Amino acid sequence: MNEPVNQKQNFIKGIIKDNPVFVMLLGMCPVLGVTSSAFNGLGMGIATLFVLLMSNIVVSLIKTQIPAKVRIPAFIIIIASFVTIVEMVLEAFIPVLYEQLGIFIPLIVVNCLILGRAEAFASKNNLLSSVVDALGMGIGFTIALVVLGATREILGNGSLFDFPLTSEDSSTLILFILPPGAFIALAYLSVGFNKLTAKMN
Amino acid sequence: MAKKASTFKNMTLTLFLITVVAGISLGYINEVTKGPIAKAKLERTTNALKNVLPTFDNDPLQDILKIKAEEVKDSIEFYPAFQEGVRVGTAVVASSEKGYNGLIRLMVGFEPNGSIIDIRVLEQKETPGLGTKIKGEKFKRQFRGKNPSAFNLKVKKDQGEVDALTGATITTRAFSEAVQLAYDKMIQNQSQTGSDE
Repeated sequence: MNEPVNQKQNFIKGIIKDNPVFVMLLGMCPVLGVTSSAFNGLGMGIATLFVLLMSNIVVSLIKTQIPAKVRIPAFIIIIASFVTIVEMVLEAFIPVLYEQLGIFIPLIVVNCLILGRAEAFASKNNLLSSVVDALGMGIGFTIALVVLGATREILGNGSLFDFPLTSEDSSTLILFILPPGAFIALAYLSVGFNKLTAKMN
Repeated sequence: MAKKASTFKNMTLTLFLITVVAGISLGYINEVTKGPIAKAKLERTTNALKNVLPTFDNDPLQDILKIKAEEVKDSIEFYPAFQEGVRVGTAVVASSEKGYNGLIRLMVGFEPNGSIIDIRVLEQKETPGLGTKIKGEKFKRQFRGKNPSAFNLKVKKDQGEVDALTGATITTRAFSEAVQLAYDKMIQNQSQTGSDE
């Protein structure tokens, strides 16, 4: 455990080797629920990145003070507090974004990616490694959400970041906006992503 | 990096401390953001008013009238608009709880003769990409300039005149119902909200 962590590899792993969405399939609830448009995916990704970073920092700092048997409730309280803070700050200072993401923000609490990183990484590693891990994982999560959101938005709504690519009346594959479309799009993207990374190695 | 032992005392104390710290910081953030949140909400209402009403020079927020309706939990709000003392319209905030995911709140701007000027969605939890299209131009266009006394505010499936959104008939129904409620309440309370005061 005390061997020095290669920070560059630590950062990259969250984006490619251990991508939380395409490889580890973590946090499926927000991944499938929110990504009906690229903008929603981006907003959710950034909000998650922030919460993940803060919770990793705090967990890493107080890891020796938490008795093992109550570590999960302790982590949940920390995560839930940061989520509530994000929600209040967004509502107060960026109301436009809050209007779009308002109902998704409480979902971050149950995102197992955050609890998973707190449990598997931050509670065993030092502050720097935990910060790098959170950044890598958070960015990997955000990229995956944007790609999935963009795919679904283009196919299902004929637009990208609300910029229309097709005419208003053209019929699109509405399936991709609906929940089943999320599973289908995620599965194909995941296959493609893993093929690609396998080739790269 | 020895962990603290999981004794009863340690566990209780740790959880207690964490909740206290979390509680205090949340309370603090709440204090800090309370003002800006209220301001942002007020701004949203003012912006919506400007959107659904013609130019006015009074402060509709001052002249607001709230009426309790049996149909919905939220009270119906009326914002009268005057320009140089002449009534130019009324904005009505009404809601429906029959949306696909519950509450839909709208602000509907009416001309003094009852025609719809414009509609603005204030709150909704509909399916992104489907029900959320009630916020879109294409959907709202069909309501503009229509007078609910002559325009049947029901979706075509229910023998009305409203074009339902593809895959979001329930949302469309709730939306139309809220508009109808806004209109009905405005007519019912004409004595208090009417243009001849």
